[in-house]
Amino acid sequence: MKKFVLYILTIAMIVSIAGTCFACSSKNETTATPTATQTTTATATATAIPSVNGSRVRVATTTSLYDTGLWTYLKPMFEEQYNLHLDIISQGSGAAVNLSKTGDVDVMAVHSKAAELQFVADGYGVERIPFAYNYFVIVGPASDPAGISGMNASSAFNKIATYGITQFVSRGDNSGTHTAEKNVWKGAGLNYSEISASSWYVSAGKGMGDTLFMASELGAYTLSDKGTYLSYASNMSLTILVEQGKELLNVYSVIAVNQSRFSWINIAGANDLIEFMTSNETQQLIADYGVDTYGQSLFFPCFGNEPTQ
Amino acid sequence: MSELWEAFKTAIHLLVTLDPEVVQIAWRSLWIAATSCAVCVVICIPLGNMIHFNRFRGKELLLSVIQTLYSMPTVAVGLIVVMLFRRSGPIGPLGLLFTPDVMVIGQILLVTPVMLGLMISALSGIDKAIIETATSLGASRMQAYRICTREAKFAVMTAIVIGFGRAISEVGLSTMVGGNIEGYTRTLTTAIPLETGKGDFPLALALGIVLVFIAFLLNIALYMLQHRRAWTRLFIWRQS
Repeated sequence: MKKFVLYILTIAMIVSIAGTCFACSSKNETTATPTATQTTTATATATAIPSVNGSRVRVATTTSLYDTGLWTYLKPMFEEQYNLHLDIISQGSGAAVNLSKTGDVDVMAVHSKAAELQFVADGYGVERIPFAYNYFVIVGPASDPAGISGMNASSAFNKIATYGITQFVSRGDNSGTHTAEKNVWKGAGLNYSEISASSWYVSAGKGMGDTLFMASELGAYTLSDKGTYLSYASNMSLTILVEQGKELLNVYSVIAVNQSRFSWINIAGANDLIEFMTSNETQQLIADYGVDTYGQSLFFPCFGNEPTQ
Repeated sequence: MSELWEAFKTAIHLLVTLDPEVVQIAWRSLWIAATSCAVCVVICIPLGNMIHFNRFRGKELLLSVIQTLYSMPTVAVGLIVVMLFRRSGPIGPLGLLFTPDVMVIGQILLVTPVMLGLMISALSGIDKAIIETATSLGASRMQAYRICTREAKFAVMTAIVIGFGRAISEVGLSTMVGGNIEGYTRTLTTAIPLETGKGDFPLALALGIVLVFIAFLLNIALYMLQHRRAWTRLFIWRQS
């Protein structure tokens, strides 16, 4: 019995040593400058619960921002400028909001205005700061079986529903794009629960890039933000059919998670990221992103103003 | 067809030139799997000996449970780990979700049943007389266990290799608890679906080739272990 207890203690010791070694090694990966460490450790020591990720900032983002490669493009610049590690979790706006509501990330970048405003109103977020916008488009096969080309969004959705043969692929993941899609169905006077139960409606449960891929393979219609569509267009057989409609405006905002709600939030890092995203240089980079490759901008910078059209 | 061939050629080029992205992803897969296997070895060898050589109430039930856990779906373990380690969960304050550390912990949970079960069956393959002889010659419990493990060493090594194979090839757990963060928690198995979905087939292929290659090496190791064991057995039989 004694030997058994001794044995269990040895295992526990080894595991905890191994655990602290990993914690140390992941901390040592950082090369923070004195000022950056001071700000982040000051915040950390002000809280009762120690943060394992002292100089890592975690952002939950929508897949439509990530799949265009914009984050991958901006990440090295941010990391170098602020000497922080940026961990990007790309799972869709719905998942991003959920992660932020439990304090599992420090900041979120999504495009679901109603959910964002509610998030801030409920005290989870500090402030909703729009930083970029583009437009949604309805894409589909070039043959356009339902004949929606050139219509506005609501009429196009109506036509797809009445035609009822060509499939429509939905994000199906409560993302910003999915929410926008639901709003268009509602604006077209259709009942969403009936629509989503229809045989031609495909709920993919995937990110924007994967959804476009699926729509391309199935020869179906889908709603996508123009940026992600452009960055994937060369790999797929989808064309833009509908670009008109006020409901197609798509605004991306960044919101820091409220530190008074979750004491471990790396609020300094979150604010650094927001400062970086809204700085004039980055806003200009966002405007120029993709112009060389696609001949047009994938995103338009907000320059501090909320876009209305 | 030519598109496939182009993708394949680019993939080979990425591998031959040791493309940094491929290398860092592959290296991460290897060290996470190796770390979890190392901890599992430390847990499973003594525990396996203790379970096998002792009679206790519920032993049969325990063995059944271990065997059932062999095919525990990785996403189920992933779900449990996420629920435990998210900030709102019981182990939340450690802040381990979306780090490589929690991936190691999850893989330990995944690999332990497999390694433990195979360890026990490895020990059941050796002669009972060995532990009796060792104990009668004055060996302590731990010493006797060490001798028995050494006796079954090829089967034990097989258990370790199989455990490593399970760790390195699982996707569900790594994606869910690691978050597939570029440069931090992205491994071979989490990167391949991402790159495939993006349509970046050359990179996905390169990563896939590395993964298959590792599986191939594991297979060769297993073959050599089995083969050598057969030879050793044959030799001993001949001697007597």
